[in-house]
Amino acid sequence: MPYRTPLIERSSCLAVVPAYNEEATVAGVVSDLRRTAPQLDVVVIDDGSTDATARCAEQAGARILRMPFNLGIGGAVQACFKYAHEQGYDFMVQVDGDGQHDPAEIAKLFRAMGESDRPDMICGSRFADATGYVAPISRRTGIHVFAFLLSRLLRQPVTDPTSGFRLYNRRAIAVFARDYPHDYPEVEAVLMLHHHRLTMREVPVRMFQRGGGVSSIGSGKSFYYMVKVLLALFVGLGRRRAVPEPGEPAAVAAESGI
Amino acid sequence: MDARLQIVAILGALGLLLLVLELVRRRALMERYALLWLLCSFVVLGLAVWQDALAVLARQMGIVSAPNALFFVAVGFILLLLLHFSAAMSRLSDQSKVLAQRQAILEQQLHELEASRAENEEPVMGSLR
Repeated sequence: MPYRTPLIERSSCLAVVPAYNEEATVAGVVSDLRRTAPQLDVVVIDDGSTDATARCAEQAGARILRMPFNLGIGGAVQACFKYAHEQGYDFMVQVDGDGQHDPAEIAKLFRAMGESDRPDMICGSRFADATGYVAPISRRTGIHVFAFLLSRLLRQPVTDPTSGFRLYNRRAIAVFARDYPHDYPEVEAVLMLHHHRLTMREVPVRMFQRGGGVSSIGSGKSFYYMVKVLLALFVGLGRRRAVPEPGEPAAVAAESGI
Repeated sequence: MDARLQIVAILGALGLLLLVLELVRRRALMERYALLWLLCSFVVLGLAVWQDALAVLARQMGIVSAPNALFFVAVGFILLLLLHFSAAMSRLSDQSKVLAQRQAILEQQLHELEASRAENEEPVMGSLR
């Protein structure tokens, strides 16, 4: 069996790799992770893929969290927050399965997490520094609009709120295990964290162009993405609490008893 | 309102009412979702039977022809029902998300448990052979 890690010998940090039909790249991401950051436990979330994503990831030595159907990135990543929360991990780092994020940069995220202001979430940003990454124009416009809005709302500079290259500590994991936005979650997640008086910081990282597969955000969906996230941001501002507490009637997410 | 139109409206509303009740009786429609349909058919039936009320309603809303007020009320109910369904659907997809996540986590843990058990049992199997 490729499960080399028995139940007892657990690391305190979990690396999660969301992957949807990424058979071309996921094995490379997992083996890069295991080579550059061997202290991490690696879980690949197979979000209802129709290709060999799960098998490739398993052979590369990752644990698999297989969704019975495609939940979308939000639901898939939330499953990992629940998993990390229940298994008692202290940190969780999220790395895309398409090879866009460089596992060698994880050390940077951890260094920022260890600094004196004790941030709860560290985001790897493509724009905090000149790093040579060029996003498609339709995407860039959206990113800058969200970055502008979030910077005002949080009263701190946010440059790359759509980046999925993130490190969370235990408190952030607990919040997101309880509630995490459905689709296109990254931008809203920043605001949710802020409402819980948790803090986030960005560190400049290098990112690659996509290695293969199709992005979860096609060009046609960019507009829907913009509108959906803007709606979520502004309606979210009107909520009494960003994340429902257990026992509150509104959301089912709160009923799962976490 | 024309007598023929009134008969059609009454029959239509009555038909809807009976259909909803029958579906609930056969357990094909949950009471939770039948309530709004019942309210809808009752109100439309009431307005179709009680012409004076419909006329007052039409006058108050500035609608010249009373039957149009009946349509207006019916369309209003349809919109309300559709919104109700969207809300119910959101709830269902959230529930199915929670189920899917739980199932995936349990499956992973089962897999791991079986793997570790297989590892522990192997030497025993070897000694038997």
